[in-house]
Amino acid sequence: MAAVDTTLRRTLIEYGQTTLAVVVLLVGWEVLCNVLSVPKWLLPAPSQIAADTWEIRAVLPMHFGATLAAVVGGFVLAIVTGIPIAVLVVYSPFLRRVIFPFLLTLQSVPKVALAPLLLLWIGYGLHSNMIVAATVAFFPIVINTATGLESVDKELLELTRSLDASTARVFWCVRLPWALPYIFSSLKVAITLAVIGAVVAEFVGSDKGLGYLILTSSGAMKTSVMFGVLLLLSLLGIASFYAVAWAERRLCPWYLPTNTDPPAI
Amino acid sequence: MASAAAPLVSLEGVTRRFVTRSGTDVTALQEVSLAIERDQFVTVVGPSGCGKTTLLKLVGGIMPPTLGTVRLNGEVLARPSRKVGMVFQRPVLLPWRSVFENVLFPLEMLGWRTAPRKDEARRLIELVGLGGFENALPSELSGGMQQRVSICRALIYEPELLLMDEPFGALDAMTREDLSFELLRIWNEKRKTVMFVTHSITEAVLLADRVIVMTARPGRVVMDVPITLPRPRTPDTEFTAEFKDFAKTIKSAVYAEARGC
Repeated sequence: MAAVDTTLRRTLIEYGQTTLAVVVLLVGWEVLCNVLSVPKWLLPAPSQIAADTWEIRAVLPMHFGATLAAVVGGFVLAIVTGIPIAVLVVYSPFLRRVIFPFLLTLQSVPKVALAPLLLLWIGYGLHSNMIVAATVAFFPIVINTATGLESVDKELLELTRSLDASTARVFWCVRLPWALPYIFSSLKVAITLAVIGAVVAEFVGSDKGLGYLILTSSGAMKTSVMFGVLLLLSLLGIASFYAVAWAERRLCPWYLPTNTDPPAI
Repeated sequence: MASAAAPLVSLEGVTRRFVTRSGTDVTALQEVSLAIERDQFVTVVGPSGCGKTTLLKLVGGIMPPTLGTVRLNGEVLARPSRKVGMVFQRPVLLPWRSVFENVLFPLEMLGWRTAPRKDEARRLIELVGLGGFENALPSELSGGMQQRVSICRALIYEPELLLMDEPFGALDAMTREDLSFELLRIWNEKRKTVMFVTHSITEAVLLADRVIVMTARPGRVVMDVPITLPRPRTPDTEFTAEFKDFAKTIKSAVYAEARGC
């Protein structure tokens, strides 16, 4: 019981410190804005941000949902194209030589610059936002998956060879699980990139989404709403990151350190 | 067909060359001929780079010879044989699988059903002294325990021949000695043919019915010594005069050749 109590106390202290820091920041911000009479369009006070964002609460879920759909859709699309491409590249030297130059070129082009072209080809709408998000998120998945599949212990592969195991069996039972931690570390990067990609697509051409809201409120000098939407966007990013991290803990528990004690304070 | 008269393993004039990255030819093994009878415990000893590991890979069928033939049960070995079990210097277990599932792993690779062998897996885990650790993950075990698991894994599909490539080389001296006697006990119970590669002359003599001494560049067999020490061998065996004689003979063969080049 005593152990539980100390853990609980420690957790409360940790969260308490974080909360305190946030509160201090917000209060300081509010006070400074009032004392120095900072113009609303330049830097709105937290109370102003809350009030103005609250005012558009009726349309927020729709915009939030649109961006969330583009992020999740783009992320899934990046996975279902990225992982098979990595598998092809690992198993076929020919495809590696053919595909890699294209991948590198695609990666070196700034996606922001690519977005207008993609929208021109595919048209406006959720599906094109997903595709833009996917093109941004896809590269690290390909690279990490390929690295993971190739990093399998050489002696382990010799063992499978000594058993005359089929390529398919070795893939499903050895290579893919071996690559899983690599894949997940790329997914954690990819999900945050997917958020960027979705917002970029919404900037370029869209009639809904959080990116679109930022763009319109900026046009209308509604800086307070921009701040509110930015906060929502970062919440979306953080939540989706933790969703991936949670899936990682569930799917590759062997990879995580066995010592889960919190660091000593 | 396999004839009962043929030795389990026979190599006839086996040479293996590699081309290095820089394009030069390296002869890892040169004209090695030897035969290994069933149920023998054979150790192969020699300096690094003498082709010991290459020899095991050839017998395991995971690498073809450049010249010569490798036969298993009298048949020319063209591809990996399921009659061979391998143990490497490192345990190379699957980190996401429990001890029990790691032991069953080869059966899945062979495409066999695991259900009929589950009791055997438990028995093997018990045999190497890991009873109670069936559900542990490799990361929860010490190096010596992991190597015990890899021995079980090599035994689960009942191979006739066990190929061991410096299996205790990465362990500390005490664990190493423990595992050596453990291996002799298992060998005694299971009656397998064993080819065991090692750097250590002491280990080679202590375990073997026969020690094959190799030298480096190119890898050749320079001596083939039957070890007539009585069994069972004990930790005291290595302090007997006979043991020291064997060790001395082998050591002089290894070092004479090493000085020669």
